[in-house]
Amino acid sequence: MTEREAVIKVRGLETRFGSNVVHEGLDLDVFRGEILGIVGGSGTGKSVLLRMIVGLLRPFAGRISVFGVDMLGASDDERLPVERRWGVMFQDGALFSSLTVQQNVEAPMREQLQLAPSVRVSLARLKVALAGLPEDANPKFPSELSGGMRKRAGLARALSLDPEIVFLDEPTAGLDPIGAAAFDRLIRQLTDSLGLTVFMVTHDLDSLHAICDRVAVLAEKKVLVTGTMQEMLDVDHPWVREYFHGPRARAALAAP
Amino acid sequence: MSDLPMDVDRTGSGLRCILRGDLSISTLTDRRADLAAGLQNEDVVCDISGVSRLDTAGAWMLIDLKRRLGTAGHEFQVTGGSDGQIALLEAVERNWPAKIESDSAGQAFSSQLHDLGKTVVGAAASGLEVLSLSGEVLLAGLRCLIRPLRLRWTSLVYHMQDAGLNAVPIVVLMAFLIGIVLAFQGASQLRQFGAEIFVVDLIAVSILRELGILLTAIIVAGRSSSAMTASIGSMKMREEIDAMRTLGLDPVEVLVLPRVLALFMTLPVLGFIADMAGLIGGGLMAWIDLGISPSLFMARVNSSVDGWQFAIGIIKAPFFAVTIGIVGCYMGLKVEGNAESLGKLTSKSVVVSIFLVIVIDAVFSIFFSALGV
Repeated sequence: MTEREAVIKVRGLETRFGSNVVHEGLDLDVFRGEILGIVGGSGTGKSVLLRMIVGLLRPFAGRISVFGVDMLGASDDERLPVERRWGVMFQDGALFSSLTVQQNVEAPMREQLQLAPSVRVSLARLKVALAGLPEDANPKFPSELSGGMRKRAGLARALSLDPEIVFLDEPTAGLDPIGAAAFDRLIRQLTDSLGLTVFMVTHDLDSLHAICDRVAVLAEKKVLVTGTMQEMLDVDHPWVREYFHGPRARAALAAP
Repeated sequence: MSDLPMDVDRTGSGLRCILRGDLSISTLTDRRADLAAGLQNEDVVCDISGVSRLDTAGAWMLIDLKRRLGTAGHEFQVTGGSDGQIALLEAVERNWPAKIESDSAGQAFSSQLHDLGKTVVGAAASGLEVLSLSGEVLLAGLRCLIRPLRLRWTSLVYHMQDAGLNAVPIVVLMAFLIGIVLAFQGASQLRQFGAEIFVVDLIAVSILRELGILLTAIIVAGRSSSAMTASIGSMKMREEIDAMRTLGLDPVEVLVLPRVLALFMTLPVLGFIADMAGLIGGGLMAWIDLGISPSLFMARVNSSVDGWQFAIGIIKAPFFAVTIGIVGCYMGLKVEGNAESLGKLTSKSVVVSIFLVIVIDAVFSIFFSALGV
């Protein structure tokens, strides 16, 4: 097997909020083309880690490089091309409430690219359809959508610029099991056809089992262990053991 | 083989096109123009084995071309793609959006008509809803009259302080300044006729009868109806109102009644305070500017104004209070799940309650002048 390319490299990350240390000496690699699931107890800084990598928060110390660019030391001109190569889906979609779904998906294209309006509209509609939303969702405002549809619209917007990396913050939280399974399939399918790298913060054992190539466990202020779901079962750490050997995890693993 | 991004050869049955390099959203505009110019009105076989990067935008471009050639009756075939690229092309073709319907001018007119109708029906419906809320408040008030312990006394006192007591400074200042302005402007006009003493009549009648209570009501409408909409609206957003209902609590009794009742009781008092402050302001200015001493001012007020002038002002206060309270609470209860509607309804509640206060004042004016008081 050839050496895989790490598109995201986090080294020695340290995060503090006041005197509260969230991360200390955190290392993480995300390889091209994989779906990486990040798990951890509440307050272990999973979403914080995501926000650090996409540059919404600045770490206290450490290095983060994406596509080989040192994101913390880079100038704006160096950062911008990298930022165009990723898309972020926030927990509740974070859609712009004053724009329709279609306009939401168009928004990044409008800002970043010079495209003819008709091309932009058809591309946006294509993204909306790829995200599994019906045609009549296009002219709707986010307040008119259900939670699951907002997440799909958020994913469509994250995919708007055809990114190489997609960050997903709890993509299946708050969805019913059928909706969550459909969303999992959607992510897997898009990853396969678009060759995406997915960085996914999740608590959903079913999605971890169904679509994640690797799992990274955040505990004790660092990435405690990474590996496949099967490898997680052999880890000898109380939290990991409880998480992956609990009744819910057994049910998820027993599923086909 | 050349390094050009696109080669076109003629084969027996049509064109053979070899694409290379990057076929993605960042190169979309140029590549699309190349393709459109090079491939027209013929059957095309497109070889994408040399394409290094194909994303949904690139796939969209190829399928778009295929469809355009297809409507002209020509074939378009893609060969040489990797499994992933073929899967992507299939996914894009499967999810192809329907044709976008364009709005014509006729539709624009009928949609405007539609909007107008919707506005009218909406206004009528909210008028009915306000009426129904008023009825509910009245019923809740009657229930509390029979069993006084049902009334939320703590809440009532809190809102009396919030909407009443805390409004005293601004109301006093406003009325005092209005009195000064009236005296000053009245004096400069009446002096021309040597009728300076009538400044007192002007101040007393206009403040006691109209301005004192009207301006107080406008200030309270601005302060309190927005506060009511915001507080009830944010409760509505967090589903607190629904939680109350499931616990068997009536939101009208718990939230609306104390607020309306608090305004009902405090607005007449505020109106009285405003009247006094206005008279003091006017009297002070009359003394400074015209030399009308306070005792002369008092005597003149007593002779020119009877109890009715004062009563006409204060009688309006409870009506204003109920209007402001009901509108503020109604708008709060109309808030939906998003912050946007909270902001919109908060400003709407101020506009509507001030507007209604002025309308009611006008109706009273006509009524009292018809009665001849």
